[in-house]
Parts: sequence; C-alpha cells; structure tokens
Amino acid sequence: MFHYLFPPLTIGLGGLIVSLEALFLKTRDPQYEIAAKFWTKIFAVNFAMGVATGIVMEFQFGTNWATYSRFVGDVFGSALAAEGIFAFFLESGFLAVLVFGWDKVSPKTHFFAACMVALGAVFSSIWIVVANSWQQTPAGFHIVGQGAAARAEITDFWAMVFNPSTVHRLLHVLIGSYLLAAFFVMSISAWYILKGRSVDFARKSFTAALVLGTIMSLAALAQGDLQAKKLAQTQPAKLAAMEALFKTGTGSTPLYIFGSPDESEQRVTHGLAIPGLLSFLVYNNFRQPVAGLDQIPRQDWPPVGLSFQSFHIMVGLGILFIALTLVGSVLRWRGTLFEKRWLLWVFVVCIPLPYLANQLGWVTAEVGRQPWIVYGLLRTSDALSKAVVASQTLGSIVMFILIYALLFAVWLVVLHDKIRHGPDAVITPAGTTAHGLAELAGLRAGTGAGSLTHPDQPESPQNPQSGKQ
Amino acid sequence: MDLNLFWFVLLGVLLAGYAILDGFDLGVGILHLFVRNDEERRIFMNSIGPVWDGNEVWLVTFGGAMFAAFPEVYATVFSGFYTAFMALLFALISRAVSMEFRSKRESRAWRSFWDVSFSAGSTLATFLFGVAVGNAMQGMPIGPDKEFRGTTLDLLRPYPLLIGVLAVATFAMHGTLYLYLKTEGELQRRLHRWMWRSFGFFLIVYLFATIYTLAEVPLATRNFQNHPWVWLVVGLNILAVANIPRAIFKDRPLYGFVSSSATIAALTFFFGVALFPDLVYSSLNPDWSLNVYNAASSQKTLAIMRNIAFMGIPFVLAYTAAIFWVFRGKVKLGHFSY
Repeated sequence: MFHYLFPPLTIGLGGLIVSLEALFLKTRDPQYEIAAKFWTKIFAVNFAMGVATGIVMEFQFGTNWATYSRFVGDVFGSALAAEGIFAFFLESGFLAVLVFGWDKVSPKTHFFAACMVALGAVFSSIWIVVANSWQQTPAGFHIVGQGAAARAEITDFWAMVFNPSTVHRLLHVLIGSYLLAAFFVMSISAWYILKGRSVDFARKSFTAALVLGTIMSLAALAQGDLQAKKLAQTQPAKLAAMEALFKTGTGSTPLYIFGSPDESEQRVTHGLAIPGLLSFLVYNNFRQPVAGLDQIPRQDWPPVGLSFQSFHIMVGLGILFIALTLVGSVLRWRGTLFEKRWLLWVFVVCIPLPYLANQLGWVTAEVGRQPWIVYGLLRTSDALSKAVVASQTLGSIVMFILIYALLFAVWLVVLHDKIRHGPDAVITPAGTTAHGLAELAGLRAGTGAGSLTHPDQPESPQNPQSGKQ
Repeated sequence: MDLNLFWFVLLGVLLAGYAILDGFDLGVGILHLFVRNDEERRIFMNSIGPVWDGNEVWLVTFGGAMFAAFPEVYATVFSGFYTAFMALLFALISRAVSMEFRSKRESRAWRSFWDVSFSAGSTLATFLFGVAVGNAMQGMPIGPDKEFRGTTLDLLRPYPLLIGVLAVATFAMHGTLYLYLKTEGELQRRLHRWMWRSFGFFLIVYLFATIYTLAEVPLATRNFQNHPWVWLVVGLNILAVANIPRAIFKDRPLYGFVSSSATIAALTFFFGVALFPDLVYSSLNPDWSLNVYNAASSQKTLAIMRNIAFMGIPFVLAYTAAIFWVFRGKVKLGHFSY
C-alpha cells in the first residue's frame, strides 16, 4: 500500500519526461530542457523510494506468505522473475544516464535513455499486473497434488499472462498512473505560476500535463465502464460488493450513487439509487438483473462496506478529475486559464486526490477479492507462513510503520526543498537566450535560492542550435 | 544439462554477479565513515551513484528467479529467516535512501545522520549475507514438511558469524580497489595504503575461515571426490587471491579489481559446489533437504523461464556494460551528483 504511493508517479512522470525531451529535441527551446531536468530530479527521489519499498514487497511473499508462495510459485514467481529480467534492469540501468548523464551523453542519447526508463516502468507494471490479475482471475494452470502439498502449475503460459482481467486492469493502472503524474505536475506548476516564479517553464509543464490529464481522465471513464462489464462475468462477488448489491431481484437493478451498506441487515441505508442503471452499465439493457451477493455463499463474501465505499469514492474522484481537466482545457484553449487564480489554487491543492484514487483502486481490487488470495482457489487465511510466529510479524509491522513514517516525512521534506528550489537555469552561450536568462537570473536573485555562478554549475550542455532564438 | 541443473547454475551466476557488482558498492558503504570531510564522502557516494541500483537489481532478480524456479526454497528460507530478512531489508532500505537524501540539504546534522545510516546499512547487509551463506553451508533445521524448525538464534552460530565477517572483509577490500580506480590525487594515495590494510584483513579472515570450513563443515568438500575438476577452480582461486597484492604492488588497480572479482566468483562457486544437489541442507535429516528436484517448479515453467532468461540476459549484459562505459573514469563532483 505504502509502496504504491511511488510507482504510479514513476510510470506517469517517466512518460512526461519523454515528451518534454522530445519537444526539446524538436524545438530546441531550452525551457523544455529545463523542465525535463527539473522533473527528472523529482523522478529520481521518487524512484529511490519506489525501489526501497519494492524490495520489501518482493521478499514479503516469501517471509510472510510462504504457503502462498509454495502454492503459486510456479505461476506467480514466473511473472516476478520476468519483471526483474525485463523491467528492473532496463529501468535502473538507464536511470543512471537519465539522472547523472546530462553532461556525459548527447541529447539524443539522453532522450533514448528517458524512453528506456519510461518503457521499463511500463514493463514493470505489465508483469506486476499479470501476477496480480492471475490472483483475481486464475487461468492457464492446473492444480497438482492434494491437501497441503497442492500447488498450481502453468499449463499455458500465454493464457496465464493474458488471463481474463490482465488487459483491463493493466490499462486501468496505466491510466491511473498517467493521471496521477499529470495532476502532480499541474499542481506544482500552478503553484509556480501563482508565485510568479519560472513562469515560462511552469506554463509549458502545466499545458503538457493538462493535455495528458484530460485525455487520461476521459479514458478512465470509458475504460472503467468496460472493466466493470468484464467484472460481472469474472468476479461477480466483487462487483456485487462494490455496488452493495445484496439481492439479485428479478427485473432491473438499480445503482447506488452513494449510501451506507449494512451487511447484517443486507440493505443500503441513507442511499440514493437510480433505477435500472446498474443493469444498463453492465448489460447495456435496463431490464436484465445483475447477480447479487445472495448468489454467493456467505463465507465467500468480501467486506461489503469497504468495497462499496472505496469504489464509490474512486469513481467520484474520477468524475471530479474529468470536470477539472475539461474546465482547465477549455480555459487554456481560450487563453485565459493562467489568469484564473482561484482555479490554479484548486489545481495546487488537488494533489492528494489522485493519490487517494489510486490507493482506493487497489483497495477495491484487493478487498473485493477477499476472502480469497487466489480467487476461488486459496483463502488468504491459509496462505500465511507457518514458520513465522505472531510476535515476529508484529515486530516487523511496527518496524516498517516507523521506518515508512520516517521515510515519508523525509521524502516530503526533500520534495519540498526541490520544489522550493525550483528548476535550474540552463547556461547557454552568452547572448543567445538573453531574454530567458535575464528573466531567470532575476527570479533566482529574487528568491535567493543559489546563484547562477554556483560552483557546482555544470559546463554548458551541447546546445548548438540555441543560437537561433 | 537438465532444466533443474540449469536453474541451479543460473541462480549461482546471478548470485555471483550480485556479489561482484553490489559487493563493491556495499564495500564503499562499509568504508564510508573512514573518510572525514564532506567532499571526500560525496566522492565515495558518487563513485557508485549511477550504478548501485542496477547492481541491486541482481539481487531482486535472484530473488525472483528463485521464487519462479524453486518456490519451496524461496518460501522456506524467507519465512525461516524471517527476523534476519527483516533486518536485511531494513539495512538495504537505509543505505538506498541515505544516498538519495544525504546531499539534498546543507545541514551538518542531516548529512552525518545519513552518513552513519548509509555505512551501517551497508555493513549490516553485507554481514547478513555472509551469515546466510554460513547457515546454508552448515545446514539448517528443516522438518519433513519443508518448514524451518528453529528460531532466529539458531542462525547465529559461530560459523555463520565468521562467514559474516568474511563477507565484510571481502567487500571492504573489493570496495577499496574500486575506489582506487575511481579517485585521484591525495585521496587516491591514501587509498593505496588502505588497499594493503584491507587486503591484509581479508587474508587473515579468509585463511581462518578456510581452515574452519575444512575442519568443521563436512558439506564443503562432499562433491570434490566425484568431481575432481573442481580442484581446477581451487587453483584459480588461489591464483586470484595471490594476484591482488601483486596488482597493488605493481599499481595496476584494474587488474587488482578483476582479481578480487574472480575471488568472489570462486567463493560463490565453492558455495554452490558445497550445496549441490541441495539448496537447503537439513541438519535434522539429510532426506528432508530441499534439493533441485523436490523443491522445483514444473518442467514446463522451468522451460518457459529458461526461454525468458535467454531472451533477457543479452540485453541486461549489453546495457549494464553500456552504463559502466558511460560512467567510466574518475569521479567528478558536478551539478547532477548526490
């Protein structure tokens, strides 16, 4: 859970850095290079956190979920190993060039490295989603052995990889990641614009992110609808819990916009329902009933309240993102966006919301699968390590809570520093971008955040065409 | 070569790759507090800055490959070593974030805190790797159900502790040789003296550990009789160790670094030879050991994974080499450094 604070930004920001560098190569406008460098620094801090917490995730399967690991190693382990070989090496290798290589390689090579890092992040999400989707909708395997020795073995690798939910869930994760990165960048850029610092850089970043954010929030709507339709076939218990649908009924099924599900009474209180809408969303038909929890044995129910609320808040946030990005886009198109200070402030303070939406998405996915760890095959309570005693687990949980709290605080402090420090000016040969330099120099002097003659300043990057400006 | 054997060898290769590559950056971490001033500490950190996370991926891939190929081993070892693994994770996280955070602020207290955390994390991680290897060599209390039957304290026997010290000594030497390659001027001259000291420390621990192993660990030599060619590697190992002081004396640091890499590869090889055909040797009853057959995934999975490995490894080697090439030469502190 804590781990997933970081990878979506890595995935999304990777894509954004690639586009900024592409724009730089195309236009040779140094502002794009400044922007790419700035976001790369943020990216690096975030990446380190992702790696550190990701190693924990990988080992945890063995330490805490040993029985699970024995059961699924044949299948699940393959996806993890593939992730290591295909994704992590690519990502971490080229990250070195991306972060440390600005003055060591040509801009084109650097662009290539940025592409590779972004690609690595996507590969990584592919294999992780494959592994997790297999837990949701197992396919391409058979069970060998009896009782405690039973385990799943691959029979068809591609059926395992492309199990019924992989593609939908992968798209959903990627869309969520790009949306998060877009809002992250918009938030910080809007703040710079409001403070009147590095305005040119901030506007360019904001616009790039706004385009991405608008596309992604609309895509999330369309794709989410398809995903729910699929879910009705593959995991009816999860869908029923997400919608707090206790009884199947005979005719059309209503959709609760909000409400408070009561598991013992098996009904939703304080809710607002739209008749027939769920039938329509699932089957494109207002009359066909959607299967409810009454079709599922009671001991196989997921926690209804949590599934319902996390799913509904996520969808509500998604609709909010659509509204915000559409308003933003219209105003940007008219050219008045950057004068609407109140709207910029909304973008600044919005930043926790996409994080929340991403987290709630995982809560919905994982809670909705309960009580199974592998849907229909292995119960979560049976999956724990046998050689580990409760006190050890407790100790490690306490330790990780402490460490993660500390790390999170430090991450915020460092990020805050980076943001306050702002982007660095690119030193170009004298007299070329006098206008941009003067502006930046003024800003730097104004904020007192270092000087252009800082001893650490790099040598001029190769920028042969900047003289054009 | 059957698939199970192939995966045993491949895991060995991944482990050796990890030990050689992350070995030097852990070594740099072990040595970190021995330099006093801020600039030299930054040089130390930046000498490994661009490569350490790539190096650590070898460990992640080793873990993933073990999960895929030998899930029983992965489950038994990781749950059995629970507390030790938590400490290892703690150590690895500390050093990773320390590097990232340390130079982000000017404050002395801030920097000292992350310096200590970086060095302590590196040392502890190295030591625990050694302890794990020592335990594997001596065998572990594994029951007939493939579950670990001991407590964390059972893992802290004298022999594993000694191997832990050996790991620290080896990586410290390896790290010194690496730093000598990456530095210049007065700092490099000081490192020249460090190379002799760290080699001396390594040699003492190494000889002691070898004698202890031959005397007390029956597993170590059990395969030597059936496979006499292993003696060849013994010979190569002795040559590699002997080459290190020669390279230091002749002032050919790259040669010395390659020799210490070969030494680490040879030690990993002996570890594999000692274990084979088991991965986890049961000290309660040898029949309960987890070996390459009873702990493996299905043949189909092993075959799929072999194909994936064959597809991926050329790429991995190509860009690992490319990265080291881009960042060759002496460390220069610049604008993009830690």
